[in-house]
Amino acid sequence: MRPVIREDFKEILRLVRPGSRVLDVGCGEGELLEILAREKQVDGRGVEISPEGVAAGLSRGLAVVQGDADRDLDHFATKAFDYAVLSQTLQAVRHPRHVLGELLRIADNAIVSFPNFGHWRVRWSLVSRGRMPETRALPEPWWSTPNIHLCTLADFLSLCEDLDLRIDACAALAEGRPARSIDPTKSIENWRAEAAIFLLSRRGDAEPTEPTAPRDDLFGG
Amino acid sequence: MTAATATTKEAFCGDGGTWRFPTDKPLRLDSGGELAPLEIAYRTYGTLNADKSNAVLVCHALTGDQHCAGEHPVSGKPGWWTRLIGPGLPLDPTRHFIICSNVIGGCMGSTGPASINPATGQAYGLSFPVITIADMVRAQAMLVEALGVQTLFAVVGGSMGGMQVLQWAADYPDKLFSAVIIASAARHSAQNIAFHEVGRQAVMADPDWRGGAYALHGVRPEKGLAVARMAAHITYLSEPALQRKFGRELQRDGLSWGFDADFQVESYLRHQGASFVDRFDANSYLYITRAMDYFDLAQTHGGILAEAFRKARDVRFCVLSFTTDWLYPTAENRHIVRALNAVGARASFVEIESDKGHDAFLLDEPVMNAALSGFMAAADQARGLA
Repeated sequence: MRPVIREDFKEILRLVRPGSRVLDVGCGEGELLEILAREKQVDGRGVEISPEGVAAGLSRGLAVVQGDADRDLDHFATKAFDYAVLSQTLQAVRHPRHVLGELLRIADNAIVSFPNFGHWRVRWSLVSRGRMPETRALPEPWWSTPNIHLCTLADFLSLCEDLDLRIDACAALAEGRPARSIDPTKSIENWRAEAAIFLLSRRGDAEPTEPTAPRDDLFGG
Repeated sequence: MTAATATTKEAFCGDGGTWRFPTDKPLRLDSGGELAPLEIAYRTYGTLNADKSNAVLVCHALTGDQHCAGEHPVSGKPGWWTRLIGPGLPLDPTRHFIICSNVIGGCMGSTGPASINPATGQAYGLSFPVITIADMVRAQAMLVEALGVQTLFAVVGGSMGGMQVLQWAADYPDKLFSAVIIASAARHSAQNIAFHEVGRQAVMADPDWRGGAYALHGVRPEKGLAVARMAAHITYLSEPALQRKFGRELQRDGLSWGFDADFQVESYLRHQGASFVDRFDANSYLYITRAMDYFDLAQTHGGILAEAFRKARDVRFCVLSFTTDWLYPTAENRHIVRALNAVGARASFVEIESDKGHDAFLLDEPVMNAALSGFMAAADQARGLA
């Protein structure tokens, strides 16, 4: 029996073209890369900060480099990959703006997911109790959370605008439920989405990459 | 004993000898000129499979030799990498055809400064040409070809062995399927050169060195070589490892109020130095340390390390470093990884937490073993050897 695949991984799996080159930044033990290799014949590479994670990735037959998303993306060649994946890591990096820029230098497309600080539970916790939120998407207390740069959907959109990035697709993620394709500019989604996943590309590319599937199919379609 | 285990044991004890190249097959040297006749001492473990796809070349470090696995036929001691080479281990003679050769310039059967120069009938001594890591690798390539191997499944090495692996990737990318570089560097740093210079000066300051012609005088610069080894040995360890092992413990009750080995660490180093001179040749030490000092892979590729790997993009690389290795620190290893990534090579890299310093690559390091096992198993599978 196949192991249960995380909902965000399912979205990524749906999105990535077969046989493409994928860099998973913060790949953990390489679960996503293994699924991508198996299901989509992807040529995958990983970057992971923990030696245990890298060793686990190697034992899965993956190519994984121990490194830090903040410091070590600069040595990857420009356009070396079709996709760069940053799954639930953006909020934990020191320089999110730099990292996002690097992802779209290294790869034609970036797939980025992060917890939405605009979610109603987060807002409620702050407004009603005056306490930093502890939710399913943000489970740690403030003093032990690895997250240092939390943002809302609206914040992320404005950063994408600033970096001249195009949002090719977006879906809301919730644990245990299938991803739901959304329009991230709608302010209701900024209340409703616990976490979100984005497919991004650079605007003004001479040759924008053609998504092989119709846009509606990219996320949960 | 069953027939199967007998075969395994037989295969594991190792085979080999000394390969003598005819004089019309000289070794071309980086310094200009050629070296002939040429002898390379080597050892093999396991058997070459029918499609010749399972050959693994193991490259040894400065003072290592061809006896990497099994039992050393003379000393009876285990080979220097028995933790990684053996049935069920990452390099497995039941699956791989493992080759380990003594580098040229060495003193364990390969042509080196202690060999007889056919032109004079005397030991070469300092008339032996200066050799480089690339020369060592060129000689290995000749041996590998002579053994009937066209493509190596893997080239694996730590420290100076790692330098050879890098040189293989630069010079023979088409002959490589995978490459493992452990605790190494793509260039020798000023600090590395400085320590080597201390060692060489110690050898050359010994009155018995006699300008390198000690063999002619029937003496050996043992004191100088022992001091060189003592200084080098410190660089292979780490402060925490030394502290844990010896601290300031004394050899006996009280101080001697003199210059005997009062501290256990002194006694340990003296022992390391003394046992080293029994197995190593002083001139070989000079030549091999020089080869390492001259090593700078970027410099021979227009100053850009990535250029050295441009044609090795399809090779599967694994680079490993250790947190307390101050001789070949993680930064040097990461420098290699960056260059590999820059050309889009299939590179893996782990920095392993260890307090054992540079020597960790020869010791029991579970994370290293796991990483290497995983890497080799995946390569085995990709190559159809699993």
